[in-house]
Amino acid sequence: MTPGSEPSERGVGAPAAEWAGDEPLVFELSSDVSGGPREVRSGVPERSLDELLPGVSLRTAPAGIPAVPEPVLARHLGRLARRNHNLHQGIYPLGSCTMKYNPAVDEQLAGLDGFADLHPYQDTADIQGALQLMWELERLLCQITGMARISLQPAAGAHGEWTGLRMIQAYHASRGDVRRTRVLIPDSAHGTNPASAALAGLEVVHVQSNADGTVDVGDLARLLGSSVAAVMMTNPNTLGVFEREILEIARRAHEAGSLLYYDGANLNALVGLARPGDMGFDAVHLNLHKTFSTPHGGGGPGSGPVGVSAALTDFLPTPTVELGDDGYRLDRDRPLSIGKVRSHYGNFGMLVRAYAYIRTYGSSIPEVAQNAVLNARYLQSRLRDLFPMAVASDSMHEFVATTRGGRVPELRAIDVAKRLLDYGVYAPTAYFPTTVPEALMFEPTETESKASLDHLADACTAIVAEAERDLEHVRSAPHRTPVSRIDEVEAARRPLLRWRPEN
Amino acid sequence: MAYIPNGADEQRQMLQAIGVGTLEDLFASVPGELRHPAMDLPEPLAEQELVAELGRLAARNRPMGSMDSFLGAGVYRRFVPAIVRAAVARPEFYTAYTPYQAEASQGTLQTIFEFQSMICALTGLDVANASLYDGSTAAAEAVMMAAIHTGRNRAVAAADLHPETLAVIRTFARGRGVEVVTADEVGERVSGEDACAVVAQPGFLGTVTDIRAAARAASEAGAVSICCADPIACALLTPPGELGFDIVVGDGQPLGIAPSFGGPHVGFMAVRQELMRRMPGRLVGLARDHDGRRAYVLTLQAREQHIRRERATSNICTNHALMALAATVYMARMGAGGMRRVAEVSAQRAHHLADRLTGLDGFTLADPERPFLWEFALRVPRGGAEFAAAMHREGILAGLPLERVDPRRGDQILVCCTETTATASVDRYVEAASRFAASLRVGA
Repeated sequence: MTPGSEPSERGVGAPAAEWAGDEPLVFELSSDVSGGPREVRSGVPERSLDELLPGVSLRTAPAGIPAVPEPVLARHLGRLARRNHNLHQGIYPLGSCTMKYNPAVDEQLAGLDGFADLHPYQDTADIQGALQLMWELERLLCQITGMARISLQPAAGAHGEWTGLRMIQAYHASRGDVRRTRVLIPDSAHGTNPASAALAGLEVVHVQSNADGTVDVGDLARLLGSSVAAVMMTNPNTLGVFEREILEIARRAHEAGSLLYYDGANLNALVGLARPGDMGFDAVHLNLHKTFSTPHGGGGPGSGPVGVSAALTDFLPTPTVELGDDGYRLDRDRPLSIGKVRSHYGNFGMLVRAYAYIRTYGSSIPEVAQNAVLNARYLQSRLRDLFPMAVASDSMHEFVATTRGGRVPELRAIDVAKRLLDYGVYAPTAYFPTTVPEALMFEPTETESKASLDHLADACTAIVAEAERDLEHVRSAPHRTPVSRIDEVEAARRPLLRWRPEN
Repeated sequence: MAYIPNGADEQRQMLQAIGVGTLEDLFASVPGELRHPAMDLPEPLAEQELVAELGRLAARNRPMGSMDSFLGAGVYRRFVPAIVRAAVARPEFYTAYTPYQAEASQGTLQTIFEFQSMICALTGLDVANASLYDGSTAAAEAVMMAAIHTGRNRAVAAADLHPETLAVIRTFARGRGVEVVTADEVGERVSGEDACAVVAQPGFLGTVTDIRAAARAASEAGAVSICCADPIACALLTPPGELGFDIVVGDGQPLGIAPSFGGPHVGFMAVRQELMRRMPGRLVGLARDHDGRRAYVLTLQAREQHIRRERATSNICTNHALMALAATVYMARMGAGGMRRVAEVSAQRAHHLADRLTGLDGFTLADPERPFLWEFALRVPRGGAEFAAAMHREGILAGLPLERVDPRRGDQILVCCTETTATASVDRYVEAASRFAASLRVGA
């Protein structure tokens, strides 16, 4: 594209004029709080509510939720949909988020009546297909991670982290080792790591990083000891760099009686090519909504299965799925289990999608990691002249650049992020990891074509060129999105979190 | 490859640009002994083969719609208006990420703001968040919040909480060193030692009790009052916020979300203003952009894990936003009036069914003194499991045999009606139960 020209692609897919004016809230589209769509007839002799519910306190006024006529609601949703960047419109290069394409067929399969219209309390004989899918998915994920067993119950990555840590605590407690109350976490880790540790009642101790973002083995060795329950790591780490010393780290951790926890957020770099179990990890969570392509849904639902080594299987959440002579069944009789971590058996609809995705690739799944790393390294090669890289080491499926020390000293990460929106490109993860100033973390994933990567690189080139000429235009971006930059400080100072007529 | 667009030509060009020879060279930093592990994975499948394979698995299940279903117990087969599915099937919503870049995510942000507003209206409270995983984890988060807020380490929970909710509260509580005790009358049990009092409306067995005393007693003891509420019930009953509760949580599955073998559903949480900064999860606020336009943005993020790390109010990151969208579209389509009618129709049918079943020999209500909404515990001849098995042979899912959750209720079954329960199904249930009763007389 021509440097300095307004991007030809519209920010979120429509002419700017269309964004003139606010989209009303549903509360402004209707005031009908007592009527609603045509009523379904009960078909039975109706009795008064006083008779059905004697002494029960009923609403004296309807809740303030209006029924919106369907044609009006449809257009409201259509207009809101066009205000979202999404994967069907352009690249979503958010580092650590693995925004890969979500296969259309997986959505179709999860909606089959045999899956979607199934109740968790139906008889075992009526749910054999669902249990078989879960049983097989567990085994496929065990092959991919090198773990002994996996619980599919956690609803998200952070939920899986906490579940894994609870199992590690149960393991130590079962050996009478009750002094292990600390967990070691690299300073570049995802924020969920320390938050999950705190929720499990563990004290967080931060481990220093080397210049390339890898764990400082000397510092780690110094911190290990009889009070450490676990070391939490991401590999490759949040800078996209593989922890070359991982086998040494595992040896030292285990020698000190600690267990090793794997944050699976970055598994897309290695899926099918190397396994956390072989590296010495004792507990591993996976983000099915990252590596295994289930959609992010604007923030969720995800799914965060957690795998463990043989020494930890007794502590898995209940129930587990087992295969016996009579077929598949749920095993609730697990006396050493940490208990239930959520209702029922997990986000089953997400499990169906992930299962379909893994069966599609099967033994060819290493190609996912190969192409994910290829795409990231190629994009990095295209951006090297524009932005300094956070570390010199070779990165894998993602990399961290910085605007600090770049061609335009005043250009900040947020400016690049916001201006990219004008090019129909979502911003990379900005200001993470916090160990890198003005960080821009790119993760393109394997489902982007070379042309798409070139488009992103061209947009970055154009933005830097523009900043050299007219910095203010970049700093006031975005210009072509439905709204311009938002006063976040004011929003937090005077929070308006629900609709009221006076808003 | 299935979802990898670059072919050999592009790969070659890209490797050249990077300056390496082969794909394998990209993994040079991974120790050789770790690379290319032996894995037992099946052959790849073509899309057509995949559809057939998953179709076979789905066909090994017996969906509720293929039978007359009276199974509820926290997961309900409610009618889902077509526009709900149409909305969540839009890639603009389902493929989007958490709306960090607000300017390109106004669609998601505005629907979440609408969700928050509706949950406030439904529960009678001031602030609601952008969703949690499910009803059970929402309740557990509320208990954790209360423990931190009060600095106390005990929770009193009503014995009639959903057993899955109680189990999950216990798992969370153990991690934080919080003790959980249960009581039939929470209001009489809660004291100055307690972080919170937790009740359910309706209870797991479908009954409605006067929960005001629990809220009052908690308040007097300086404890946080928490109500686990059914959202459809909130359209009919006085909302828990108006009854004095500080936190209302629940599962939004009845609001347009398929049972899906237990998930994904969506948890909701609403709180009083004073507890706003202790809330877990995302919050969307209404703000202005630099041109003065209305704009929505994630706000109060200083509570969250990506900023506050180990001092965050919760570890939650990914939530259930798409399911919250389903609930939002459902509520906007139905309105408060439509939802109240759903509640009434369900209750009318359930009471009609209860009247007819209890007219049969050996069938009685287990808790006849307690009013119920659309679910009731029914004492049946020969015990719940045998009765359910007999009904199952006739294509009827008669309800949940309660021995599965409470051995003392082995003679009972939990029966549910919703607005999707056909009157013909009700007739078939009564006829089949009648035949069952008659067969016992003959056998005797």
